[in-house]
Formats: sequence, C-alpha cells, structure tokens
Amino acid sequence: MMENSNPPPVILAEGLTKTYQMGHVIVSALCGVSLQIQPGEMVSIMGPSGSGKSTLMNILGCLDRPTEGKYVLDGKLVSNLSDDQLAAIRNLKVGFIFQSFNLLTRASALANVELPMRYAGAKNRRARARQALESVGLADRMNHRPSELSGGQQQRVAIARALINNPAILMADEPTGNLDSKSGKEIMSLLLSLNQERKTTVIIVTHDPNIAAQTQRVIRLRDGLLEEAQ
Amino acid sequence: MNFIQQILEALESLASNKLRASLTVLGIVIGVAAVIAMLAIGRGAQNSITSSVESIGTNVLYVFSGGRDVRNPKPLTLADARALASASAILNVAPVIQGNGEVVYSGESTNTSIIGVTPAYAPVSNLAVTEGRLISEADLTGRAAVVVIGTDVATSLFGRTQNLVGQKIRIMGQPFQIIGVLESKGGSGMGSQDNRALVPLTTAQTRLLRRPSRQQVDNISLQAINASSVDKAQQQAAEILAARHRTTGGENDFTIMNQQAILSSLQSILGVFTLFLGGIASISLLVGGIGIMNIMYVTVSERTREIGLRKAVGARKRDIMVQFLVESSVLSLIGGLVGIALAWLISVIIGQIAAANDVAITPTIQMDSVLLATVFSTAVGLFFGFYPARRAANLQPVEALRSE
Repeated sequence: MMENSNPPPVILAEGLTKTYQMGHVIVSALCGVSLQIQPGEMVSIMGPSGSGKSTLMNILGCLDRPTEGKYVLDGKLVSNLSDDQLAAIRNLKVGFIFQSFNLLTRASALANVELPMRYAGAKNRRARARQALESVGLADRMNHRPSELSGGQQQRVAIARALINNPAILMADEPTGNLDSKSGKEIMSLLLSLNQERKTTVIIVTHDPNIAAQTQRVIRLRDGLLEEAQ
Repeated sequence: MNFIQQILEALESLASNKLRASLTVLGIVIGVAAVIAMLAIGRGAQNSITSSVESIGTNVLYVFSGGRDVRNPKPLTLADARALASASAILNVAPVIQGNGEVVYSGESTNTSIIGVTPAYAPVSNLAVTEGRLISEADLTGRAAVVVIGTDVATSLFGRTQNLVGQKIRIMGQPFQIIGVLESKGGSGMGSQDNRALVPLTTAQTRLLRRPSRQQVDNISLQAINASSVDKAQQQAAEILAARHRTTGGENDFTIMNQQAILSSLQSILGVFTLFLGGIASISLLVGGIGIMNIMYVTVSERTREIGLRKAVGARKRDIMVQFLVESSVLSLIGGLVGIALAWLISVIIGQIAAANDVAITPTIQMDSVLLATVFSTAVGLFFGFYPARRAANLQPVEALRSE
C-alpha cells in the first residue's frame, strides 16, 4: 500500500493546538500535535477519554478550527480558509461518520444520503443515492426513516452519506460505539472493504483495542499530545 | 440548490412537523385576520352612517338655536320660518319640533321619535308614503289628531306595514288616527329614519311636545333651490336670522349646519371609532407577532443540531439561512393568506349578524389594511425565523452538533 516512495500525504498537520475557555479556566485539548497520513491508509486514533482524540478528529474533519498550527488537507492549506470554503471541503473532501449517526430524523434514508449532493449541486442525486445505499446493503430500506432502522442500518446510511461525494478521507468518530457487537463488526468490515477496494483513506477514532488492531497504524493520544506513532 | 428545490425542501421540512408549523401559522392568521376584520367593520360602519345621512335629504340646511359662546339664545320661532321662506335661494322651509315618546296600539308599544311638522317637511326630508297621505295644510290649521308613521313603528305595533290607514293609536296617551305610512329609508342603527311618527306641528305643540311659547320650534330645515345655491341659501338664512334676532355684528345666537358639515363631523367621530378598533387590532397583531417570534425562536433553537449536521455535510452559511428564510416565508405566506380569508369570513358573518339585527353595516375589507397586516406579520415571521438561524449558522459545526 505504501510502496510508492514519496506520495504527498493526504493529511499533514503541524503543531495543532486547541484551547477552550471554560469560565475562567483555559483548557487545552490539544497541545501541539503533528502527524501525516498517506492516501489509502487506514489509521486509528486511540486514547483515554479526555485525551483530545475527538477534538483532533473534529479539526482534521474541518468541523472545528485549531487554535494554532498548520493543517494541510489533500494538498490544501485549510487552517486559514473561510467558513464557506471549509463547508466546501467538508462537502467534497471529507466524509464523516458519527457515533450517534446524526441523520435527519424526519427524512428518509434516501433523502439523508442525498443531502451532501444537494449542497454540492450534484446531478442524478436520487440514482446515486440509491446506488450508495445498495452498496452498503440497504437496497430494501431506502424509504425508511432513521427511526425505522436499526442502529447498524442507521450507521450504514451514515456511511453511504459520507461516501456519496467521493471524499478523499473518511473520518469515523467511534463508529461502533452505539452498536451491538454484531452490527459493530459489520460496520468495521464495511469500512475495511472500503479501504481495501476503493482505496479510501479511513481514520477511526476509537477506544476499542480490537478495532484499532484491524487498522494499519494506531495513533495514540494522551493529554493532548501524541504518545507514539507506529 | 435552486429556488424551486429550496421551496420544496422547505415544504417537506414543514410537513415533517405539522403541529409546529400549524401553531406558527395560527399566530400569523390571528394577527392578520383581527386587523383586517376590525378595520373592515369600522369602515363598514362609516359607510353605512354616511349613506344614511345622505338619505336624509338633498341640498338641506339645518338651523338650530344657540351658538358658540352665546348666552340665552333666542329660540327659533314660526315667524323666523316665515321670514326664511322669503329668501330667494330657499325653496322650502320646514320648522320642526321633536321629541321622544311612547306609541301604543292595543297592548303593543314602542318608543319613537315624534316629529311635529308642516307640509314642507316632506319635500325637504325627501319623504313619500307607501299608502295614505302626508300631513296637509288642513291638518295643520285644524290641529288634527293624525299621524304618519315610519315602517319601523308600523312593524313594532302592527307587525305589518300595509293596510294601516284609519287605525287608531295612542301617542303619549293621546288618540291619533293613522293617515299614512312612510316609505322605508332603509334604516341604519343610529336614529333610524324609519322609526318616527310625523304629526302636524300645531297638534304637537298643543298636545304632545309643549314648548314655552306656541311660536317656538326646535329647529328649522331648509331646502335650497338647487345644489349650487346651498351656500347662498345658507348666507341668506344667516342674514335674515341675524337681523331678526338683532345679532348683526355680534355673535349669532343660532347655528346653521349643512349636510356636508354634519357628514364631516360624523365622519370625524367615526374616524376615531375606526382608529379605536384599529388600536385593538394592532394589539392583536402585536400579540400575534410575539407568538410568531416565540415559536420561530424556539423552532430554530431546537434545530441547532440539525443546522450543525447540515453544516457538517457541507452546507454553507448561506444554504442554512436560505433554508430558514424560505421556511419562514412559506409559513408567513400561508398564514397571511389564511388570515385574509378568515378576515373575509368574519366580515361576512358580522355583516349577516348586523343585517339580522336591522343594522345595515357591510364590513368593507380595504387593501391598505390587508397590506399592513400581511406585511407586518410577514416581516416579524421572517425576522424571527432568520435571526436565530443566522446565529446558529455562524456556529462551528462541532458546536452546533454538540447542542441537544
């Protein structure tokens, strides 16, 4: 997978910090994290709760801005972009999978998958959404609402939504955290096959060593700092 | 996303929470309907009173005793009336004494306006009979106990308006014979033109409405020879009366009003009335507006998570704001239209109720009140749909997603 001697990294972060103001106290969630992720890699980010792994994920996924530091995503310096430019990056370059799925509760699976395409102004949305749902094994659940789907099915909808604009990276924040072990395994194997077959870069935040073990590389965080990079 | 899609999506999103949407719409509906209906009723009352004043007669002047800042005004007299009749611009002079009294027929009784008149009263007031005849000169000289009744009186006493000539009724205890029934003027609520009984002036003076002197009258109605000589008639009448009352050079101890002046003073009273209704309506609009504010504000706050999610998958600030703007516009538009329809319905119902009570008020919906109410409630809806949405759209997606 990494035979090429010098491919440009899809993620290049240098000295990322994030501080929050909680009342009078300033809390540092990240204290200078630098990392590189190559295209097609499958990486997990691990750490105990409070270690800053979700904060890191949110910054890498452009859901949040770093307080300081440089972040280059797919060759583009994103730490200085405007809100609308970041929205376009989230729309086209990043697919996000959340622990709590974050689907529109009152919309069908199809409409949920179509959502990123709407903001991208894409054509053939319905057909592409159908295709995406078929590829995650939900051909018979397209018109169901999230409340009519199991947790595993909801997460598949979320994955179909994350992939619909062919992003450079797929970010998953505890994707199996709200699922039973069987659904969790299915979701993991789906992510693995996406990585292997479509060469999608996948970053998974988890505290489950079993899941981390399935990835090629584990990045460990402790107290806002990188512990080791294998 | 193009515009039609935006609207479709807004409709979808509204349809997905019907209760919330209909509560919002309800606020707008109430506000809009209240204002339009109230102003329509006010305008209807104004129209009805104006037209009933106009039906009193044409080219008419009224002379009353008394004036501004005059103490002990001399009363108007029959001699004044005779003197006025000599003026060149005056066609008819109708001295009148007037009071209220009870009219009785075999157990049925009604209160009516009793008017002592001369034969000139009919042309001045534009009166005609549907049966029988009007007060004649002979009735006047003979102090005849005869009466011409209006249709309201006829209906109250007899339950009909026909075949009444020759019937005996009692007016303030005195027996009178009906000699005619007046043609209906299409009464309005305030001082209906059909609720009156005309008796000879002389009879009224001696038997019904005693005045300090037999010569004294309450007021004198004048009819100018044509519409263009009303002003001239007014001037001549003023000169004649000033000379007779020896007030030349000083303040007149009488007042001459023409129909236009009466109309305009009535209209200014009604303007206040309409303003009052409008004030009440504005309060309803304000309350409705606050309702819209609340529900819009709560709705958007509730949907912060949805906004975060939309931003996470690539919605720009503009996309979010357009979505909420379209949603609130659709709500405001529906609310406005339903409100206008409801106002129309209320107006029709009020009109029916008024008609059933013999009050001829036809509520008239006016374009300006429709615009005012609709624009106001739409503006409130838009602003309070838009403002919190903008705030939420400015959050980083992760912050918006964190909200629960």
